[in-house]
Amino acid sequence: MKFLVNPSKFNEIADYIFKPVLILSIILFALGLLFSLIISPDDYQQGSTVRIMYVHVPSAWLALLTYAIMTLYSIAALAFRIPFGFIFNTAVAPIGAVFTLICIVSGSLWGKPMWGTWWVWDARLTSVAILFIIYLIVIFMNLSFENRIVREKVVAIFILVGSVNLPIVKFSVDWWNTLHQPATISKFSKPSIDPSMMTPLIIMTFAFMMIGLAIAILRIKTEIISRKSNLG
Amino acid sequence: MSLRFQRLLLILLTLVIILIAVLLILYNTRENVSYFYTPSEIDKSEIIINKTIRIGGFIENDSFNKISSSSFKFRITDEKASIPVSYNGILPDLFREGQGAVIEGAFNNNDVFNATNVFAKHDENYMPASIKEDLKDTGYWNKKYK
Repeated sequence: MKFLVNPSKFNEIADYIFKPVLILSIILFALGLLFSLIISPDDYQQGSTVRIMYVHVPSAWLALLTYAIMTLYSIAALAFRIPFGFIFNTAVAPIGAVFTLICIVSGSLWGKPMWGTWWVWDARLTSVAILFIIYLIVIFMNLSFENRIVREKVVAIFILVGSVNLPIVKFSVDWWNTLHQPATISKFSKPSIDPSMMTPLIIMTFAFMMIGLAIAILRIKTEIISRKSNLG
Repeated sequence: MSLRFQRLLLILLTLVIILIAVLLILYNTRENVSYFYTPSEIDKSEIIINKTIRIGGFIENDSFNKISSSSFKFRITDEKASIPVSYNGILPDLFREGQGAVIEGAFNNNDVFNATNVFAKHDENYMPASIKEDLKDTGYWNKKYK
C-alpha cells in the first residue's frame, strides 16, 4: 500500500493501472447509459424524470467521497508529515468541485419539474452549496501563496475545518425539515428502491468513480512532475 | 507518546471541538434552519397575519377544489392538524392529494393560508410504474404509496 503515500511508488502503479481504469470507465459509462436511459423503467410517481437520479446521486456521492479522502490525506500530511497528502489535495480539489457542480446542476434540473422550483434554501441544498464554496476556496488558496510550504499547511488545515460540513450534508435531511427527501439508500435499512432502478445507479456510481480516478491519476502525476521541477 | 501521535491527537481533538461548536450553533437555530413548519407545529395563538412562512405536509384526501384553471383550494395536513389553503398559480407535476408538499405564503384574517408558492415534495421510494399496476391488479396496493 506504499503507493498511497509515496510519489514514486504511486507513479509506478499509476502507469500500470491508468489505461485499464480509463477503458473500464468508458465501458461502465456505456453500460450505465444503456441501463439508465433505455433498460430501467419509469418511476411510478416521477415518470421518466427519475432518470436524472442516475447522474445526480453518483455525483453527489463522489463529491462527498472526494472530500472525505482529502480530509484523511490532510490528517496524514499534517500529523505524519506525508507530503503526498499535500500533492493529493492540490490535484484532486478541482475534481471534487466539478462533481459538486454536476450534482447541483442536475439536482436543479430535477427540482424544477418535480418540486416546482430550481432552488430553495433548505438545509440539504444550502449545505451542498457550502461544500461547493469550500472546494472553490481550496482551489483558490492553492493558487494564491508565494511560499509552497506555508500554503500546503494552510490549505490542509482549511480542508480539515471544512470537513465539519460533511456530516451536515449527509444528515441534513434527517435533522431538519427539508424539501429534499431523506436518503433512499442507507447502511442500516433495506433500500427503498427497486432493483431494476438500483442497477443503473450502482453502474453509474462505479463509472463516475473510474472517470474520477483516471483524472485524479493524471492530475497527481502532473503535480508530482511540477514539484520536481519546482514549478509548483 | 511520539510526536506524530501527539499531532494526530491534537488534530482530531480540534476537529471534534469544531464539530461540537457548529452542531451547537445549528441545534440552537434549528427553528430557522428548518425549511418549513408542519401543520401541528403551528400554534393558532401565535399566528402573525401576513407574515410569510412555509408549511409542509400532505395534501388532505378529498380536500382539493379547483375554483378556476389557476385558482385552487385544498387542505394541508400532517394527520394531527389540518390547515385550509388557497392558491393562485401553477401547480407542480407531482402535486396531488395524498402527496407531500411545501407551501409558502401567509395567513389571512380568516385563518386561511394564502399560498404564493407551492412546491411538491416527493418521498425516497422509487418503484417502476409497471409494478404499481401489478400491485393494483392483485389488490396489494398500499394506499400510503400514493
